[in-house]
Amino acid sequence: MIEQRWKKWVYFYIPLAVFIVGTLFPFYWMAITAFRPDEELYRSWRAVNNTPFWTLQPTLAHFQDLLAKTTFPRWLWNTFFIAVASTGISLFCGLLAGYALARLKFPMAGALGTGIFVTYLVPPTLLFIPLADIIRNFRLGNTPWALILTYPTFLVPFCTWLLMGYFKTIPRELEECARIDGATRFGAMLRIIFPIAVPGILSAGIFAFTLSWNEFIYALIFLSSPERKTVPVGVVSELIRGDIYFWGQLMAGALLGSVPVALVYSFFVEYYVTGLTGSVKG
Amino acid sequence: MANHVLEDAGSAAQLEVALPHPATSKPARFERFLENERFLAFILLAPAVILLSVFIAYPFVMGVWLSLSSTSVGIPGQFVGIRNFVKAWNDSIFQQTLRNTFVYTFWATLFKLTLGMWLALLLNRHFRGKRIVRASMLLPFIIPTVLSTFAWRWMFDPTFSVLNWVLYRGGFIMTKLPFLSDGAWALWCAIIVNTWRGMPFFAITLLAGLQTINPDLHEAASLDGAGAWHRFWHVTWPLLKPVTIVVVVFSIIQTFSDFQLIYVLTGGGPANSTHLLATYAYQLGVAAGLLGEGAAISLFMFPVLLVVVWIQLRYLRRLEGV
Repeated sequence: MIEQRWKKWVYFYIPLAVFIVGTLFPFYWMAITAFRPDEELYRSWRAVNNTPFWTLQPTLAHFQDLLAKTTFPRWLWNTFFIAVASTGISLFCGLLAGYALARLKFPMAGALGTGIFVTYLVPPTLLFIPLADIIRNFRLGNTPWALILTYPTFLVPFCTWLLMGYFKTIPRELEECARIDGATRFGAMLRIIFPIAVPGILSAGIFAFTLSWNEFIYALIFLSSPERKTVPVGVVSELIRGDIYFWGQLMAGALLGSVPVALVYSFFVEYYVTGLTGSVKG
Repeated sequence: MANHVLEDAGSAAQLEVALPHPATSKPARFERFLENERFLAFILLAPAVILLSVFIAYPFVMGVWLSLSSTSVGIPGQFVGIRNFVKAWNDSIFQQTLRNTFVYTFWATLFKLTLGMWLALLLNRHFRGKRIVRASMLLPFIIPTVLSTFAWRWMFDPTFSVLNWVLYRGGFIMTKLPFLSDGAWALWCAIIVNTWRGMPFFAITLLAGLQTINPDLHEAASLDGAGAWHRFWHVTWPLLKPVTIVVVVFSIIQTFSDFQLIYVLTGGGPANSTHLLATYAYQLGVAAGLLGEGAAISLFMFPVLLVVVWIQLRYLRRLEGV
């Protein structure tokens, strides 16, 4: 019995605790830095009175600086607007395309499905240079539309793929019944199948939203004026002046920029996980 | 009173008549058109296909053209054949970059797989607070990479690193470790951060796979005298292999084409020693404005991605065939 308990500690509790601490420590560090006054932040690492893991004088100074010296709320709004709009477009395209690929018979269906799957695997960093040129030519540079239209390049394939899988799990009979009752093919899709697919739509939407919130390289290249930027780009380009890192403000910005997406995630954990595991299912 | 009732009945009757009426108008003819399966499929697929052609297929063709030209910002280029590719191939920074990309991808993927598998096995057991632990394990994957990488950069800070402080206090080191100021160290730091960020994705998808495994199989195996390690190797692993392969392929693509982590953590430095293909392409193509050379460098990713995607497609086919 004692040996059993000892084993459980070594093989289970201790490794799990190490995983938890390792995973969450950077976030703790982010938070504690954001609330720590500057004179404590830049104290020599060998100083005797150095207490890195807590602070006795928490301060909101960094948050005040962040809000006073940058257009941070604006960045938050931009990120939110862009994420919602591109998620909306991607869900629209993904729903229609996913339904067609799952249910309809037409020539080239297999090839199109494969094609969309292949675009799913194209990373944004392969195409950012020509894409920047195209955005310039379309005169979309430095507008939110540059991102709202390009984020769907990685969101549409994902949404299509996920929703296609979801539609395949809905029995065909439901649709056939509706059609016997006189519904058109399109009407059956809209009024019978889509409402059943709401959990799948929600999963795809939540996942797409977090992906857009996370995106960096397109936002870095396509946006230039400070008030148009998204949170990740604004933090990188406006809070490092020259070679100087304002760590307090940086961490305050990182914390505030993480909260919305963490909140969305915490409300919809189950849907997010379905989206995540569905994103890799064949 | 009776009159009212009659009137009501009359209007209802009118409604009945009115309903089928629009069937002869235009939208209905369109709807009848939609009854044609091919036509409907065409309409439904059009938005997705147009969007992906304009913003993926077209840029790809243009990227190939750019890589074969001497274009830079503001200067329309000329066709130069494969000169950009040859130039990159002979460039010592590029050679280092290519090596880094492979080292980074290989080790980060290996670490993510082993740690992710371990964590998945731990999370598959029953314990108190399981739900909240599972949910919080995904945080590194949810929080924008740029923002969490800043926290890591601050933890690796040359003067104020908390890791140095802990190691010093613990009596492990006497002088500071050069986390990001030494090229070889910096690449390993990037591998660690990438592992930290991507491991939850492995853990949660593998956990989903684990939960589909019938516990009876394990019971049968232990009755036959198989130890924990044997049970994992001969029962769990073979059943988990399909999901694992797909997750690994996804991760390889993501890691191989990584940009933001390096951009924030080291910026490719010190002295260009930690560039990956994407960050080096950015430095040449965007920061220096040499569109042709930058496009050529990002296209060096293409052969590797092609192989990986091909494996993935073949594998999926085989699964569907079974």
